[in-house]
Amino acid sequence: MSIRHSLLALLQDQPRYGYQLRVEFENRTGSTWPLNIGQVYTTLDRLERDGLVSNDGSDGEGHVVYTITDAGKAEVQGWFAAPVERNNPPRNELAIKLALAVTLPGVDVQAIIQAQRVASIRALQDYTKARRDTASNQRAADTAWLLVLDSLIFQTEAEVRWLDLCEARMVQQAQNGQATARKSSNGVTVEEAAPLIADNRR
Amino acid sequence: MSVQGPAQVLEIAKVSRTFGEGATAVAALREVDLTISAGEFVAVMGPSGSGKSSLLALAGGLDRPTSGGVFVESTPLGGLGLNELARLRRRAVGYVFQDFNLVPTLTAAENVALPLELDGTATRKAQRQALDALRQVGIPELAARFMDQMSGGQQQRVAIARAIVGDRRLILADEPTGALDSTTGHGVMEVLRGRADAGAAVMLVTHEARHAAWADRVVFLRDGRIVDQAAAMHDPAMLLAQAGN
Repeated sequence: MSIRHSLLALLQDQPRYGYQLRVEFENRTGSTWPLNIGQVYTTLDRLERDGLVSNDGSDGEGHVVYTITDAGKAEVQGWFAAPVERNNPPRNELAIKLALAVTLPGVDVQAIIQAQRVASIRALQDYTKARRDTASNQRAADTAWLLVLDSLIFQTEAEVRWLDLCEARMVQQAQNGQATARKSSNGVTVEEAAPLIADNRR
Repeated sequence: MSVQGPAQVLEIAKVSRTFGEGATAVAALREVDLTISAGEFVAVMGPSGSGKSSLLALAGGLDRPTSGGVFVESTPLGGLGLNELARLRRRAVGYVFQDFNLVPTLTAAENVALPLELDGTATRKAQRQALDALRQVGIPELAARFMDQMSGGQQQRVAIARAIVGDRRLILADEPTGALDSTTGHGVMEVLRGRADAGAAVMLVTHEARHAAWADRVVFLRDGRIVDQAAAMHDPAMLLAQAGN
């Protein structure tokens, strides 16, 4: 997440001081990504160093107010105009975990998938409820929060669909394995094959 | 019987359902226990062949279990004759199917009023209740239309109106959003959620996580058994802490 660009964008709106920026950022994104105030001050220092904001000094109440410069405005414009970079896929702990699990002997991958599925659906239930509650209030200020919630809902839904796919692949692999075993042994009874037939029939 | 009715609208107790016999017998459900209370919305998820639709058919008395019992408002479905069962289904249970099962030669209002009229309600009263149900699903202005004059989404709303007409206490929906675009699917979920919030027990079978997420409880079926359940946390602080990660 680009804190740097987010703060710049907020300053384009109007001059603000550090704490105001933090509050404004969290309000507009539904407090989904809490900002550390120290992070805000460090970022403002760097933006000032790079000539993207200017320090207007104290507002008389001890707050240091920052204003965006022309170079800063150009930077914000560039940020909005450019698509988010995708050349480096973000590290996905779940994908890494499953990739390792399927390659290690003795790991119950289906149990991992199911545990994650329950957790993901639970999160999806909560996001959906939050969306429903927010939408029913119909306040103009909630639009940004609704967009963030929609994004979380889509991401979580994609995660669940991906888990379904992983599981289907595993089942298919196991069935192929069983089919091979059946061919190579002549002691397999019809009962043992029945669950597979059932799955195919329904 | 009390005015409010029992809190447990649906009780499925140790239900098994086996198709076929002997060596080729297939167990669709194995000793499933599931209770749905008034005002509760339960979604059932699971891979194809896990027993989802079998469970729904048993819950509505469309099929009978091989063993175990199904109770709708404390009435054991197994103890009812065919006529009594049909009567209970018309009065207390509403179904929404993927293919809407509407009668093409009837208008929207007539389709919705049909189960009431079959049950002996006077036409005028049935029509009034049908209009009320169409209002609840947001299409009262389409009451006089025939099915071929309506979009898929509108037809599904008629099907839902028919399922909820006359204040049914148990609503059963089998992939009701299957043929619909996502906005219309969202509308269907809103109606089901609204019925649960108004006190009905709702059971939804779906493979779509985003639809299941509207439920209070999600039940996972695998190989005919309930393997897991997920309930919403309803704790905004936890939700935000999670999202922040």
